[in-house]
Amino acid sequence: MKQKSTKRWILEALGILLALLWVSPFYLMIVNAFKTKREIFTNTTKLPEVLTFENFKQAFEELTFLQTFINSMLVTVLSVAIILFFSAMAAYALSRNGSKLSNIIFFLFVAAMLIPFQSVMIPLVALFGKANALNFYGLIFMYLGFGCSLSIFLYHGALKGISKSLDEAATIDGCNRLQVFWYIIFPLLKPISITVGILNVIWIWNDFLLPSLVISGEGTDTIPLKLFLFFGQYTKQWHLALAGLTISIIPVIIGYFFAQKQIIKGVSDGAVK
Amino acid sequence: MKNKDFMFWLFLAPVLFALGTVVLIPLIYGIYYSFTDWNGVNQAEFIGVKNYIELFSDQGFLNSLWFTFKFSIASVIVINIMGLGLAMLVTSYIKSKNLLRTIFFMPNLIGGLILGFIWQFVFTKVFDAVGRATGIEWLQGWLSDSSTGFWGMVILMSWQMAGYIMIIYIAYLENVPKDLLEAAEIDGANAVERFRNITFPLVMPAFTVSLFLTLSNAFKIYDQNLSLTNGGPFNSTKMVAMDIVQTAFQLNQMAQAQAKAVIFFLIVAAISLTQVYINKKKEVEM
Repeated sequence: MKQKSTKRWILEALGILLALLWVSPFYLMIVNAFKTKREIFTNTTKLPEVLTFENFKQAFEELTFLQTFINSMLVTVLSVAIILFFSAMAAYALSRNGSKLSNIIFFLFVAAMLIPFQSVMIPLVALFGKANALNFYGLIFMYLGFGCSLSIFLYHGALKGISKSLDEAATIDGCNRLQVFWYIIFPLLKPISITVGILNVIWIWNDFLLPSLVISGEGTDTIPLKLFLFFGQYTKQWHLALAGLTISIIPVIIGYFFAQKQIIKGVSDGAVK
Repeated sequence: MKNKDFMFWLFLAPVLFALGTVVLIPLIYGIYYSFTDWNGVNQAEFIGVKNYIELFSDQGFLNSLWFTFKFSIASVIVINIMGLGLAMLVTSYIKSKNLLRTIFFMPNLIGGLILGFIWQFVFTKVFDAVGRATGIEWLQGWLSDSSTGFWGMVILMSWQMAGYIMIIYIAYLENVPKDLLEAAEIDGANAVERFRNITFPLVMPAFTVSLFLTLSNAFKIYDQNLSLTNGGPFNSTKMVAMDIVQTAFQLNQMAQAQAKAVIFFLIVAAISLTQVYINKKKEVEM
């Protein structure tokens, strides 16, 4: 018994040590964001001697953070909403068809997951440029194109568990297909919708390359875009750069704090399935 | 819903249209462009495999390909060992396991661009300051040569992804029946034997998922590369994804970039397919 408790304490200590190591980059970012440019050079690892909020004020203004945050929100919320709705609809149609053709279409979506972004990016920008669609709405449409494959795959798996007799009962009661989907099926898919939603939110919120090619310089810059410009501008001024990074992370940390159970479960389900 | 039903096609129309115009048509166009002299403005003219032949003598591209391979292999090994280790730690009987899960997973939620900038500060400023204060030489001058750039990328990537892979291993570890482990313990099996003969075979499918995910993620990495080293010094840490972006949008050599992009696609697809194939086979044998 005694041996077991010593072993336990070693594991506890190891865990805490690793956790400290894990958060140390965040610690270093935050404490140095409060220092002056001079102090970062002389005192890099310890707490600041005097707290200064000047860095944050300036970074917040230069990032036009409120506007940038709203841009990020709009892109993410709109994209994820249409991905959820249209992917669920398509997965429903595919799962209730069962013909060879529907298997081929499903396979096409799954196979599309193998295509990395960089191998289609150049013609994509050229084609959408020709169609005058390199803008905010074009971006959201692109997210549907890139996001639908995994989403359909996950919805398709969940739909296997929803009995077809439900569809039939609702049809007899006078629902058409769209009503069956909207009133019966989509609500039943809520657990998997949360998983699909979380996976897409994490990806789209943080995405940099696609928006940098599609909406940069349009006044609808998202957080990663704005931060990249800001960082380029203050490349040797770490006190400002770190304050900007800290501000940019805060929304994510708040979101994680409130929804960590769902997030971890969603990521786990998404990866394992 | 039958094939000829209007509703079937109505339900599929939005995603088919989006996938077609955003992924499939650009892919086909891309393959075509890679055989032309297209530069983004001119009328593309067919020139056969010239772009591909030139790639074999393009030292910059070959270097970035080699660097990406080395990076991916190192990352896959480190991330999976760390991920499995963390998963075993937080599924043991320790008290702080929920808090630890939360902390280890956190870097995953933050974009690679931001994480790269944070680590740029840690490597160039903090490492340097600690190195100067303690006189430890290897802490100084990080990211200023290709080998610290390489390990910097591996450390960043492992820190970010180990928590993610941990979550996958946890899902499988929690499915290992407790009574089976206890029975083995009573029968005299030690910790190593229990891991080797019970836990490991049952967690085997997690390796499929994890290796597949880490390898393709590492190979496709761009944001972290851009923000941590920006390919420097002297392009020695430039990976394939970044090479494609720069060839296309800084040098405007669209056709050459697209030839690289096609090779990139073939490698990523080949990695993913082999991995899935090999692991599927293994699982059945077990």
